Amino acid sequence: MSDAMTKIILRGRCVVPGVSEGEALVTGQQISGWGGIDSRTGTIVETRHELRDISFAGKVLVFPGAKGSSGWSNAFHLTRTFGVAPAAMLFNEMTTKVALGAVVTRAPCMTDFDHNPLDVIETGDWVRVDADQGVVEITKRLPSQA
Amino acid sequence: MKLTAQEKAMFDGAQGPAVQKAMDLLVRYGRALGAERLVETNNVVASVSATTPFMRDFARQNGGMDAVFSQFSLDSDEVVKIPKIKAFTTHTQLGFDPEQAARMGVDEEAVHFFRKGEAFTTGLGIQATNTCTPYQVGNIPTRGEHCAWMESSAVVYCNSVLGARTNTEGRESVGAAMLTGRIPYWGYHLDENRLGTHLIEVATPIESTADWGLLGYWIGDKVQEKVPVVTGIGKTPNLARLKHFGASASSSGGVEMYHIVGITPEAMTLEQAFGQRKPTEVFRFDAREKQGILDKLNSTGKDTKVDYVMLGCPHYSMEQLWELTQLIEGRQVHPDCELWIFTPRSTKALCDQNGFTRIIEAAGGHILSDSCSAMSRAMPKGTRVVAMDSAKQTHYLPAILGVQAWFGSTADCVEAACTGRWQGGLK
Repeated sequence: MSDAMTKIILRGRCVVPGVSEGEALVTGQQISGWGGIDSRTGTIVETRHELRDISFAGKVLVFPGAKGSSGWSNAFHLTRTFGVAPAAMLFNEMTTKVALGAVVTRAPCMTDFDHNPLDVIETGDWVRVDADQGVVEITKRLPSQA
Repeated sequence: MKLTAQEKAMFDGAQGPAVQKAMDLLVRYGRALGAERLVETNNVVASVSATTPFMRDFARQNGGMDAVFSQFSLDSDEVVKIPKIKAFTTHTQLGFDPEQAARMGVDEEAVHFFRKGEAFTTGLGIQATNTCTPYQVGNIPTRGEHCAWMESSAVVYCNSVLGARTNTEGRESVGAAMLTGRIPYWGYHLDENRLGTHLIEVATPIESTADWGLLGYWIGDKVQEKVPVVTGIGKTPNLARLKHFGASASSSGGVEMYHIVGITPEAMTLEQAFGQRKPTEVFRFDAREKQGILDKLNSTGKDTKVDYVMLGCPHYSMEQLWELTQLIEGRQVHPDCELWIFTPRSTKALCDQNGFTRIIEAAGGHILSDSCSAMSRAMPKGTRVVAMDSAKQTHYLPAILGVQAWFGSTADCVEAACTGRWQGGLK
């Protein structure tokens, strides 16, 4: 696994069908939708969030799950309207907020993985999400420290 | 997903294109969740309003209010004509108070557009309650009733205090629910998901509304979206206390259901709250934790000169307004500070009738309805520092409006409004 070009494969369940790829943006913290992101720029704005001021537009967003207001789905729906939605979403904890938000964002989305994506994927890795086949292909940006 | 014959007919378009789009969204959403079927509901709490300039332009460019509803309430790019709704629906808070638009810095054109939108939504059969607290103004589902509610603070109240059943729905799923009378049968609709997961032992007195807000904020941070079971509560809390408790637990975490042993309806005993389960974790809330969470909540508060005091997140109850009049009668809001209180419009009507409005206005405060500062992004001009008695609003306002925020008791807030200085803190 020390080769920078080594591909890692994760398998999971399709939440929103489709295929897409992009650079990973990974957070171990849950994401708040309404009041937590700026839908016009796709930027995290929550005061104490580790990704504050960072945009997920066009990225493969890897996160534990959703928290906060029921405006979650609308906030992410609007990122699609404004053209700043994530390229794909991968998460661990299923809730109605994240499920509906993913559906209306219409970006390929998966959950229920064989390995925790938060342990495997790092920000900057190149990630291809094939939600139709239930496969995530990760190309490490940096040589693994493991 | 398994659909009944009637649901299949809706899915196939037997009840027109809007109902078809609604069923299509419910099926996509249900599959995403992993739900096996839908459940009937006749109680929806929804936001369908269009008050922002963006929505105004969207309506103009795409075919009016039907276009706004199609895209943002049904996730349909195709504009479909929206028929009258099937399920009883009350509206959540709005982007501003249309009766006091000028005070909130909203122009006449926005109000005009809003009125058109309101005529459209009330014409569909949606009740213009315009509040985050439907349970304060007559939408009180019965125990076990399946609901489809938006607004996280209302959802947690519905599940935990009323014993009705709802997940945290979003704008699109409630749009689909009101047209079909269906919502995915998943999560808190099922018995097994309503049982407690985490035990919270409270080892310090929890009495005031502010205490309950702090406890909720701390618990949300600890358990995230799980189901906490609280023990060690002495005095039975009233509506306002549980409202603030749930609202803050659902902002710092994603708590949609909690139990307070001996108080909430599905937790007469610890055994009932957990069922056959063992708590996955046990947390203890003591005086030190209480001070710690207050400091965390007040981390943006630096300057003690307060420009604005906001009360009414979630919307104030009749009882809270009565308490406020007792604190403020005969006093004056400081010339460099403003006091706004948000409450449902029907409660404001009662304030007018009770003479509360006169007392609060005589002191220099203003009662507003239908909205709040977080929803409207409206504050008195030049506000840098805000004081509030809501942990939820203290959580959101610094992120949304870039202000400093202080959290304290209602009495601390009234003191700040009348002196222009923050002197709150745990007593």
